[in-house]
Parts: sequence; C-alpha cells; structure tokens
Amino acid sequence: MTSATSLTVDTPGTTSAGTTSPWTSPGTSPGTEGSPSARAAAAHAPIPFRRLAWVELTKMFDTRSGFWLLAGIAISALLATAAVVAFAPEESQTFEQFSAAIGMPIAILLPMVAILSVTAEWSQRGTLTTFTLVPHRGRVLLAKAVCAVGVGVVSMGVALAIGALGNVVGTAISGAPTVWDVDAANLATIVLANVLGLMMGFTLGVVLRSSPVAVVGYFVFSLVLPNALFALGMVQEWFADLQPWVDFYFSYTVLFEDVPTGEQWAQIGTSGLLWLVLPLAFGVWRVTRTEVK
Amino acid sequence: MITLDQLTKRYGDHLAVDDVSFTAAPGRVTGFLGPNGAGKSTTMRMLTGLTRPTDGHALVNGRPYAELPNPGREVGVLLDASAQHAGRTGREVLAIARRTMGLPRARVEETLERVGLTEEEGGQRVRHYSLGMRQRLGIGLALLGDPEVLVLDEPANGLDPAGIRWMRDLLRGFADAGGTVLLSSHLLHEVEVVADDLVVIGRGRIVARGSKAELLESAGTVARSRRTPELVAALHAAGHAATVGTDGLVHSDAGCEAVGDVALAAGLPLAELRPADGAGLEEMFLQLTAAAQRDSVDADPSPTSSDLREGAAA
Ligand SMILES: Nc1ncnc2c1ncn2[C@@H]1O[C@H](COP(=O)(O)OP(=O)(O)O)[C@@H](O)[C@H]1O
Ligand SMILES: [Mg+2]
Repeated sequence: MTSATSLTVDTPGTTSAGTTSPWTSPGTSPGTEGSPSARAAAAHAPIPFRRLAWVELTKMFDTRSGFWLLAGIAISALLATAAVVAFAPEESQTFEQFSAAIGMPIAILLPMVAILSVTAEWSQRGTLTTFTLVPHRGRVLLAKAVCAVGVGVVSMGVALAIGALGNVVGTAISGAPTVWDVDAANLATIVLANVLGLMMGFTLGVVLRSSPVAVVGYFVFSLVLPNALFALGMVQEWFADLQPWVDFYFSYTVLFEDVPTGEQWAQIGTSGLLWLVLPLAFGVWRVTRTEVK
Repeated sequence: MITLDQLTKRYGDHLAVDDVSFTAAPGRVTGFLGPNGAGKSTTMRMLTGLTRPTDGHALVNGRPYAELPNPGREVGVLLDASAQHAGRTGREVLAIARRTMGLPRARVEETLERVGLTEEEGGQRVRHYSLGMRQRLGIGLALLGDPEVLVLDEPANGLDPAGIRWMRDLLRGFADAGGTVLLSSHLLHEVEVVADDLVVIGRGRIVARGSKAELLESAGTVARSRRTPELVAALHAAGHAATVGTDGLVHSDAGCEAVGDVALAAGLPLAELRPADGAGLEEMFLQLTAAAQRDSVDADPSPTSSDLREGAAA
C-alpha cells in the first residue's frame, strides 16, 4: 500500500510565530517570545507537589463514598466510646479499653480509605483526566500516599481524643478512678501499626486497581491468611519458626500490643519488605507503564 | 503545534497504529478521519502520554507531552467525555482541574458559561448528564487552562445539531486566534465543514493527507452513464483511474474534458458530467477507507484511490 511519507501537511499561509492564545482575545498576548514552545516554557511553572497533594486530598473528601468513609471513622469512634461507657464494667473503663474499642473499626476503615484513594479513580476512569493533567504518574501516587497517611494519622488523633474524653467522662459518671494505662510509646506504635495497615491497603489498591478486588484482597490479608498461616504453623514446625519473619500480619500486629523488641522490629522489616515494599514498588512501576484508557 | 513522527502501536500481533506521521499546525483545524477501529484514539492517547508507543514519537509545542511542565495550560485534551467520576458535579470536575493547573477560581464559572452549561447544570452530578452535556463539560475541561493546542477525540458524539454548530464555531474561532486544533471523527461531514487540513486513517495507516482544498481538487470528475461498466472499462483503457461510487456514479481522476473524449470515442452516452465538488469528498473518504476496512472484500485497492493517495501525499 502506498503510504504518505512527507512529514508535514502543506499549509499555505501558516506561520509558527505570533501564536496568541485563543482564550484571551488575539492581541492581548504580544507573542514576542517567538515560537509557541518558547512562550509556553516561559509562562508555565511546573506543578508543585504541594498542590498535587492538596488536589488528592480534595478528591478523597468530595465524593459521597470518600466523605462517608471519613465520617464513618468519627462516627464509629463515638459509638465505640459510648458503648464502653454504657456497657463495660466500671473496673475495665480504662484508656486501654477505650482505645481498643475505637481501634477496631479504625483498623478496618483506614485501609479502605487508602484503597479507595487509588481505586476510585481507576474504576471511574478519572485517571484519564488525572494523568493528562499530570503525566508523572509516580508523583500522583506519591501525593495519594502522603494524603492517605496524613488522613490516617489525623483521624487516629481525633479518635484517640474521643477515647480520652470517653475515659474522663465515663469514669466521672461511674465515679471510678480515671486510669491512663497506655504509655506514649505504645500510643506511637499503635499509630504506626495503623499506618502500616493503611499502607497495605494502599499497596493492594495500586497493585489491583479495582475497589472490590482490593477490598476483598485486604480481608484475605487480614482475616483469612492469618488463620491459614497459623494453622500451617501448628502442623509444620519449620514454618512456626519462620512465620514472624515472612508473615507481615503476624509481625506488624505486635505493634498494637506492645513496643516491639529488636528482633520483632527486624521481623516487621523483613516481612514488610516482602508484603509491602516489593509489591508496592512493582505496582507503581506497572502504573507508570500501563495504558490509561 | 503537534508533530507525530512515525508513531506505531502494536497490540500483540495487531498493528493498531502503523507508522503515522503528520503535523497539526497553529491557526488551523486538522481533521483526523477514519472508520471505527482505525486507530484514531490510540494515536491520540500516544500523543498525550497515556499509551506508550511501540515506536516513533509525538511532540506538542516541540516537546514530548510528559515534559510539559503544566500540560493543561498548553494542551486541552478531551479523549472520552464519559470518563468522569459520576458522583461529582460538573462544577467539582472543573474545580479539581482548575486547582491542579493552578488557575484562578473564577475560571470555573467562566468555563461553564463558555460551554453553555447553566449554573444549575453545573451543580448536577455527572451521573445525570446527557452525553451532550458530558461532551460540553469535557470541552470545558479542555479549554479550562487556556491552552494553545486542543486535542479532541470525537467531540461531536452526542451533541445535537445546534451543539455541533456551536462546537464548530468554537473550534473555528480557536484556530483563527492562532490555536492548533486536532479533531478526530468517523464522520466526514462533521469535520468537512470546519477542518482546514485532513488526515485520513484506515486500519492504522494514513491513507490520505493534505489541505481540504487539495483533497477536494484531487477528487476529479463525476460522470453518469446508462452503460456504467463500459465507461469504467473505457476510462481504464485510456489510462485513467475510474471507479463506480456508492452513488452509482463513475468517479475518475481525469478532467471533465478527458472523460467526455473517452466517452465519445467509445460511443457511450453520458447523462451527466461535472467536476467532483464538495460532495465528492465523501465519495473519496468512502473509497479511501474502503481499502482499509476490515470487511473489505476486494483486497486490491482501486486505481482511483491509489492515485488519490499519491495526489494527497505529493
Ligand atoms: N488495549 C488494546 N488491546 C488490543 N487491541 C486494542 C487495544 N486498544 C485498541 N485496540 C485495537 O486497536 C485498533 C484501533 O483502535 P482505536 O484507536 O480505538 O480506533 P478508533 O479510535 O479509530 O475507533 C482497534 O482495532 C482496537 O481493537
Ligand atoms: Mg475512537
């Protein structure tokens, strides 16, 4: 088949100079900078990361599902606190009780927030707009991760404050002494544990890029696998020794209970590399190369 | 300014885009025409950095798309008007893009107005938008950053006749103010009116390219005769390209006079003989793409279309 090989369309009467923007009426832009590309390079600053993060934060809140997920964190913290005040026996109305009751729903909801921050856009094909406005997809993902972690830390702060308030109010009502039985170091590890759980959700979102699949993936990770691996450890002694080093859920949930020992930190490191770092790196690499349509 | 240089995309064994090169120049509307599945969208995705080319490259204002510091300020892109979060309002969709590009707040309302979406429609969720409203929102999104270049994939889909007219005027005005417009369509009529240059693609390959005037000119002569097959044969025998169009008319690249001479010499009565005018472009489009259609029975491209192709490439 004959092919047209000449590179340019013959366009009589066309000049590259003097390109004014069609939005502003012709003449407002003097076009003295010469070619359009020269004008563009002079006029447009790169998009700062701050702005990207701000945009991603907006996107997390401005849809119904995003809004209710975040509202759900506050609501469940309030409900959990109220439940402890109403139903828990006096002697167990301690800060540990309150934070444990609040921590449960949060540990489930935060990974969902992280998953949706990535997948909502892929299922709704908003990525088409996002990645045409910001072709550096890695930066977009980084902005999403920063926002997800930020939202996680802030909502944990809010939830713990609600729990503290519950502890004060609850014990005031019952007349029992107010007990602060969680130390600062353990509070920090609890926050870290939630951030790791959230990052696990984020990783699943980046790798699977589908809301339902990633949500199911997270429950397999947090409910099904731990039981299966526990059973495996029961029958296979070699695995029982190996498990803390390779089973991320097993090793990072230690952070909820206590400040880990040196060996436990190392186990969080090796299993986290396996479950979090490598899959996330792979997922990001794929997102940067995949076709967006 | 848009420059495509030997862009190629292969999906497995399937060559979706095959060695596509052309330039869309400032001040002109370039129509990118081809039947469904010809490779228009794939080409445009490669241009905007959404699909990695197998080979070749594309430049916008002399730079690869990914190297534009703030792409929305330089290139307005509309690839698929349906690709929006259905739960956001039109206004929210524009607001997010406005913030990403770092534009003044007022731009959102200005743009809604510019694309003919009312204040109330701007507050509705995209879920409730008709396809035409989505197209308007998509065009608004493309115009938002005040770019010099527009890349629009089938923007007329779903627009009513008044909407098509509106978009045509908008694109004309945009190009007349010095902007570059690349506009794809599978309907010749849609782009014929507004385009200055045409690039016709079929099965991933460019089959014709040139200014509209040039392509119109190369459309040759139209003749009607009761003895159509004999006229075609006589023209072929005389060394002219000739085919029977879908309208039953004989299309030839020879001039009117030459066709008349051939008919007289062969003793064939003519009922009609005239230069192919604007309507001839349609016939040309059908013929050019017929050779590239998947369901084409005749693998051998007709002499007319190959001549036209050369004429267009020259
Ligand atoms: N991701 C893909 N995988 C395989 N084939 C594809 C893919 N995307 C597009 N194609 C094929 O490439 C060809 C061109 O498609 P497209 O660019 O959408 O055409 P157009 O926009 O001109 O209708 C079609 O045959 C289509 O089936
Ligand atoms: Mg298409």
